[in-house]
Amino acid sequence: MDTIAFQGLIGLSMAMYLWLISAGLTIIFGVLRIVNFAHGSLFMVGAYLAYTFYGQLGLPFGVAVVLSLLGTGLLGFVMERGFLSRIYGIDEAYQLLLTFGFILILDDAVKIIWGGIFKIPPIPAFLDGSWPVFGRSFPVYNAFVIAVGLAVAVVLWALFEKTWWGRIVRATATDREMAGAIGVNVPRVFSAVFVFGAMLAALGGAIGTPVRVVAPGIGATMIIQAFIITVIGGLGNLKGAFVSSLIVGVLSAYGTLFFPVFELFFIFVIMAVVLLIRPQGLFTR
Amino acid sequence: MTGRLPSRSTILLVLLVLALFGLPWVVGRYPIYLAMQILILAVFSLGFNLLFGYTGLLSFGQAGFFAVGAYGCAKILLAVPNLFLGIAGGVVLAGVAALLLGMLSVRHTRIYFSMLTLAFGMMIFSIAWKWRDFTGGDDGLVGIPRAPLEIPGLLSISVATMERYYYVVLVLSLLAILAMYRLVRSPLGLTLQAIRDSETRAAFAGVPVRKYRLVAFTIAGIYAGLAGALLPPLENTVTPPIAHWSTSAEPVLATLLGGVHAFAGPIVGAFLFFIIKDIIVRFTEYWLIWFGVIVVALVMGFPGGVMSIFAKRRT
Amino acid sequence: MSELLRIEGAGKRFGDFVAVNGVTLSIPAGRLTAIIGPNGAGKTTLINLVTGALLPDFGAIHLKGEAVTRLAVHHRIRKGLSRSFQIMNIFARLSVLQNILVPVFARRGRAGIPFHGMERETEAVAEARQILQEIGLRDQENLPAGALSHGDQRLLELGIAVAPVPELCFLDEPSSGLTPVERSRVSGLIRKLSAERRTTFVIVEHDMDVVFSLAEWIVVMNRGQVLAEGPPAEIRENRAVREVYLGEELST
Repeated sequence: MDTIAFQGLIGLSMAMYLWLISAGLTIIFGVLRIVNFAHGSLFMVGAYLAYTFYGQLGLPFGVAVVLSLLGTGLLGFVMERGFLSRIYGIDEAYQLLLTFGFILILDDAVKIIWGGIFKIPPIPAFLDGSWPVFGRSFPVYNAFVIAVGLAVAVVLWALFEKTWWGRIVRATATDREMAGAIGVNVPRVFSAVFVFGAMLAALGGAIGTPVRVVAPGIGATMIIQAFIITVIGGLGNLKGAFVSSLIVGVLSAYGTLFFPVFELFFIFVIMAVVLLIRPQGLFTR
Repeated sequence: MTGRLPSRSTILLVLLVLALFGLPWVVGRYPIYLAMQILILAVFSLGFNLLFGYTGLLSFGQAGFFAVGAYGCAKILLAVPNLFLGIAGGVVLAGVAALLLGMLSVRHTRIYFSMLTLAFGMMIFSIAWKWRDFTGGDDGLVGIPRAPLEIPGLLSISVATMERYYYVVLVLSLLAILAMYRLVRSPLGLTLQAIRDSETRAAFAGVPVRKYRLVAFTIAGIYAGLAGALLPPLENTVTPPIAHWSTSAEPVLATLLGGVHAFAGPIVGAFLFFIIKDIIVRFTEYWLIWFGVIVVALVMGFPGGVMSIFAKRRT
Repeated sequence: MSELLRIEGAGKRFGDFVAVNGVTLSIPAGRLTAIIGPNGAGKTTLINLVTGALLPDFGAIHLKGEAVTRLAVHHRIRKGLSRSFQIMNIFARLSVLQNILVPVFARRGRAGIPFHGMERETEAVAEARQILQEIGLRDQENLPAGALSHGDQRLLELGIAVAPVPELCFLDEPSSGLTPVERSRVSGLIRKLSAERRTTFVIVEHDMDVVFSLAEWIVVMNRGQVLAEGPPAEIRENRAVREVYLGEELST
């Protein structure tokens, strides 16, 4: 019983990385109507930048995370302003191809700049250690990740429901022509949203550096998982993305416990089951 | 894509085919090897483009079926060294896999579809990688024989040499190309293109859209499976990377290079792909990034929002 | 006249907005009907419900006595329904002839034949050419459909709609965006097709000239419901209808 509860907590912390990347993907799709295939690559860049600032240059962890967000945000800005914004009117297949091209570039670029697989940097001292929970040692860092994920969920909710900026973004998402007609600078909103989404992905990557492998290829793994979550939760649905991340994260953790060989495969099984029972996703109306 | 070939093209085509048959007499082993790789990619890409250029569905997971064809053929050959069985078996398995995964995927919008194909392709990759007992894990399967073409009791043709196997690959590829050519000019080809141009209108013209998308997806899977099945006897090994999304990128790249809306586009593109890759690899081991740059350049080369018959405008 | 279509209390909601609010309508065979009404009256939504582009939230739809309320689009087409679109929806990359061939192949069950060229389906091709002849586009049969003039594309749209040999065909604003010359061409074509084929047309229109020159029966919609219906002369005199149009010129 304790093992199950404990594994559930582990799953919860895993879910938070999925949530951070899915949130950005969902927001970008909700507003720009583009599925950013390169979103996992942004996660990866965030991780690499945080590794460089924290693990290699020895900057304080918090500073490293912020710098990583800024750097990835800048990359996102270039991607959106320099490329995506110029092809908004074209067949969506070409938009997908463009973001796919970005994956190819970023995946290799990361190898060129940083080389192959990395060592994991030490956990920042103030987040090190573990707490006794359910009779086992639960790493403090995992609790930190859960806290960050929940904080982001609350912030996003507050942002979109309560603030003026959030209202503008929602208006643009619902009807961009109408928003433009009432004076909203739609291109600027698009850029801002894309950068915001990129930074969310980077956050997920950055806070993952002390405990996960920083390597090329993590981008692809993450985007696949983000896609699976989006399929389950419904594209463009933030609440759905959050709940689906929890479901997938926790179920994957149990999958690892009970069927270790098939851990990777497990998540696909969940997706296939959802597709069979409710193809439109669990949370779409 | 409509109308008959003018006879000058037909003559050139015949000459090309003859040249392909005569190749082993003229060049050494490496060009023959390269030619086979090109043919395999051409078949792979033709299937991909039936789905993309003709039906409007962009799949990032075709390597999954390529791998099913390859591993299927390999397992069969390791048990029964009969090339007919190996290749046929690989193709059938890939077709079944495409049918099953297709049923889950084609009922969705095109964006969801693309996402799902990436996911399913990598699912197959993870199976190939993890299922040590069956697929050999990341070591893969080795010692796959270049088995003879055999009908027990009737004939047995050895294809052990590179040159002989080349003819197997060549003949099968040409047959596949011919079959695809007839398909795209058939009523089925027209129906698929109608679905691409306007799936709503196609439905209102009485076309069961989902069913035909599944047909296209299955055929694309069969072609990927054929291409994959031709690989193990050539390389004598199969390893998981052939199921990875970077392998799924190859027919995408080849088709973009050669032209999405021309029948021969994927074939020309396969040729270009290897030429370009060959050149890039001389300077750096990082060839994927350059292909990424090419993809971006090709996509950006379409002027934004152009009312041309080559780009659909979103309403 | 036999009843072709029966809509019973059909309705559709989009969030809080009720686009169609309990419409009951009966359309008999052979009577060219027009559905008119101000913008937002729910005309296009109603067509979407009948043809299957949308599923109703409540109510039922019967085609020739058979319930089709939740039937898939292509099945309704097989049962004799068809429609054209307000926003041009032709197969832009295909030739004019091929545009008509698509529904013809589908109707004849030839859509899935994979191994010989289209041109070998001689009966289908002949039928498609016949339709092109009727709509006046025969000599442009090999042009890519996207290259046609706007007016010709509307004619092609019409052709695709009648190619499945429907018994009931909905035309959604067939004269929208056309010059007066093109408009009369389209009206003439609808009149001709209505007379010569066994197709009952239902037209949604804003252009009153077209409506009054073609319709044998008019249904007026407002705010998602049927306000009035009757022969054109009656509708022209109907006070409620005149009020809805706020003095808009109804007479020709």
